[in-house]
Amino acid sequence: MIEKLAFYFQYPFVRYALIVGVLIALCSSLLGVTLVLKRFSFIGDGLSHVAFGAIAVASIMNLTNQMVLVLPTTVICAVVLLHTGQNAKIKGDAMIAVVSVGALAIGYLLMNIFSTSSNLSGDVCSTLFGSTSILTLTVSEVWVCVILSAVIVALFILFYNKIFAVTFDENFASAVGTNAKFYNLMIAVMIAVIIVLAMNLVGSLLISALVIFPALSAMRMFKSFSSVTICSAVISVICAAVGIIISILASTPVGSTIVAVNIVMFVISCIVNTIRGE
Amino acid sequence: MSIIRCEDLTLGYEGTAIINDLNFSVNTGDYLCIVGENGSGKSTLMKTLLKLKNPMSGNVILDEGLTQKDIGYLPQQTVVQKDFPAKVKEIVLSGCQSRGAFKLFYNSEDKALAHENMERMSITDLAERSYKELSGGQQQRVLLARALCAARKVLLLDEPVAGLDPMVTEQMYELIDELNKKDGITIIMISHDIHAAMKYASNILYIADDIFFGTKAEFKKHDIFKRYTLGQED
Repeated sequence: MIEKLAFYFQYPFVRYALIVGVLIALCSSLLGVTLVLKRFSFIGDGLSHVAFGAIAVASIMNLTNQMVLVLPTTVICAVVLLHTGQNAKIKGDAMIAVVSVGALAIGYLLMNIFSTSSNLSGDVCSTLFGSTSILTLTVSEVWVCVILSAVIVALFILFYNKIFAVTFDENFASAVGTNAKFYNLMIAVMIAVIIVLAMNLVGSLLISALVIFPALSAMRMFKSFSSVTICSAVISVICAAVGIIISILASTPVGSTIVAVNIVMFVISCIVNTIRGE
Repeated sequence: MSIIRCEDLTLGYEGTAIINDLNFSVNTGDYLCIVGENGSGKSTLMKTLLKLKNPMSGNVILDEGLTQKDIGYLPQQTVVQKDFPAKVKEIVLSGCQSRGAFKLFYNSEDKALAHENMERMSITDLAERSYKELSGGQQQRVLLARALCAARKVLLLDEPVAGLDPMVTEQMYELIDELNKKDGITIIMISHDIHAAMKYASNILYIADDIFFGTKAEFKKHDIFKRYTLGQED
């Protein structure tokens, strides 16, 4: 088995996949804690469907660099969704559902009408459930991912105290003069960036698993915000690495394997929590 | 001299006014209780005082060198907080988030202040405990300590005893009273409990179809009080 792994790791695309996978897992788990606590778990899901719609449009327009369209669209939707969360006419969760299924339907519709591809259902399936695209990353794509992840981790560490304050009590934060709107906006933009990055890894239907599972597992085991955040990051990185290695060895789909490992971790954390609780 | 003055304040949602032409003022050291029925706009008024909401018309004027940063806030607990993984000391420290110049990390002065306020609320022994494991009364003490980290002059409390049992409620009232009498902190409190309001407050603001503002003694003689207490005893 070790030899088989060593054999695969000779190839740069396998190393790239591991680097990108681990970085995405790290970023998504950091913000996952905030999203879960703010009751915005499904925002990742909604946004990834928006990204799917945007990719559909981008491929129809034959854009060589789909990021140019996908990233701004997703960022804008993230801002709108988080902003209208509290006092919109359509409540937060319904709004997310509307945007998410809407984008999914329109994206698929457009792809069907305008597509020039010979394997449409294959294209759609790989966008939804993640594909081999993580194994076909170019060096420049890897660098984009490394830089964006570094920016997100740096922002998270720098603004850690503000993010905590805004997550725990937004009203109090704005009452004492913290610019809660700005930090919410920052969180929204960071999430959108992570979602777009994660599309390559697990596909748009499975992204919310990367956001939610590590945070939930960490919350079962730890009690302070700092330890939950660190634990969530550690769990997510380990699960992603293990998932990618398993998928290489067993030739399973990358995205669903990572999610499966996350589910196992969640069950373990629940058991640990129950044993400790009694 | 008044430190907070509301002039012809009209408050409401989406174009519908719920409070019209409200006038009142708060002096240093006052203990103002805002009473009135659900939906009468008490919380909206408090959010307006905190500048979280804009009035439809009228002004909130801060005087005597009082700034927004001198006003601390004890909000009603939200669902989000009930199972929030955070240590008591993390929460109390977050009261220092906007103290002084803009900063990203807390300094030793902030930490000392957080410690001092935990001592004041007698929750030092809970510092390492998780917020969600505490009782309702302990949670309120934590949030009160956080509010004290944010401000030293005025405290706005939104139903601080909601959901507490009678004994803890009494302790909470005593604690707030002490902050007012001993430390000279001006208190503005929303309450459902007219009896507690009459016991501790110096001034009463009653909001319903009629608005009353005045001292406790004046309120006692007023028709509204007689109607209100009669209604409660039914």
